[in-house]
Amino acid sequence: MRAFYGTTLANPLMLGTAQYPSPAILEAAFRESGASVATVSLRREGADGAGQTFWSMIRDLGVHVLPNTAGCHTVKEAVTTAHMAREIFDTPWIKLELIGHTDSLQPEVFQLVEAATVLTEDGFQVFPYTTEDLIVGERLLAAGCEVLMPWGAPIGSGRGLNNPYALRAMRAEFPDVPLVVDAGIGLPSHAAQAMELGYDAVLLNTSVARAGDPVAMARAMMGAVEAGALAYQADPIEARDMAEASTPVIGKAFLT
Amino acid sequence: MKITLNGEPRDIAATTLADLLVECGLNGRVATAVNEVFVPAAARETHAMKDGDRIEVLGAMQGG
Repeated sequence: MRAFYGTTLANPLMLGTAQYPSPAILEAAFRESGASVATVSLRREGADGAGQTFWSMIRDLGVHVLPNTAGCHTVKEAVTTAHMAREIFDTPWIKLELIGHTDSLQPEVFQLVEAATVLTEDGFQVFPYTTEDLIVGERLLAAGCEVLMPWGAPIGSGRGLNNPYALRAMRAEFPDVPLVVDAGIGLPSHAAQAMELGYDAVLLNTSVARAGDPVAMARAMMGAVEAGALAYQADPIEARDMAEASTPVIGKAFLT
Repeated sequence: MKITLNGEPRDIAATTLADLLVECGLNGRVATAVNEVFVPAAARETHAMKDGDRIEVLGAMQGG
C-alpha cells in the first residue's frame, strides 16, 4: 500500500465519526471493524465540554486522526479552520474540503488548489477532497499535496462510483500517488470496486453510521476493502462478451 | 466589556483571551479565533480583549 505522507496504514478503511446513533455504537464500529483512520471536525465548544469527551474517546481508539474543514466555502475560512484543527488534534493532517455547490456539495476546485498551496506552505499535510478531474489533480500535486481524494458520488448520497472510467484514468495518470475514494459509498460492493480499481483507501461515513446496524456495516466495509485490495493485487481477468468454457473439452466422453 | 462569544453577546471582566476562557468555563482543549483570525494557544495570555471583539472557541466534534 502506498504511504500517506510517510504513514503506512494497517488497512484501507477511513471511517467518519458523524451521525451514529450513539457514542457507544460509534466506538464499537471502530473497534469491531478495525478502521485505521477516523475523520473528525470542529464546532463551537460550550461550557459542557462536549468536545473534550468526544476527543478522549477518539484518542483512546488509537487510530490515525484526520480532521476536516467540512462546511468551509472560502480559502480564508478553510485555512483558519485547518490551523484550529491542528492545534486541537495535534496532527499536520487535514482533509481539505471547500464546498462549491449547495445541492451536490461538489468541491470548489479553484479555491481548493489555492487553499492547498497556503496550507502546504504552512506545514500541513493536505488530503484534498476533489473531483476526478485530472488537471485539478495535477494542480493539487503541484501545490504540494501528496494524496488525492476524488469523490465517488456526492457526500451522503450512497450512489457508489458515479464515474469509474474517470477514477480508473486517475489511477493510471498518477501511479505513485496515494488515492482515496472519498464520499458517495453506499454499499460494501462500492467500496470493493474502488479498491479493485487500485485505489489505496476508501473514506466513508454515512453508509455505516446510518445503516440499521452500523457495527455490522463497518465490518462489512472492512471485508469489502480488504477483498478489493487483494483482488487488485491478484491481477483480475479482463471481461469478455462471449462465453469461454472453463472446463476442458479434451477427454470428454462421447455419449451423444 | 461587551464581546461576542460563539455568536452570543457576553459582558466579560477578562482582559486577555486566556482569562476569557477561564471566565467562561472553557477549560478544555479548544482552539481560538478573534475577529476571524486564528490566535494560537501560546498567544492567548498576551492577546488583549477589545470591546466588540468576535471570539470563536472551537472544540473537537464528530465529522465525516
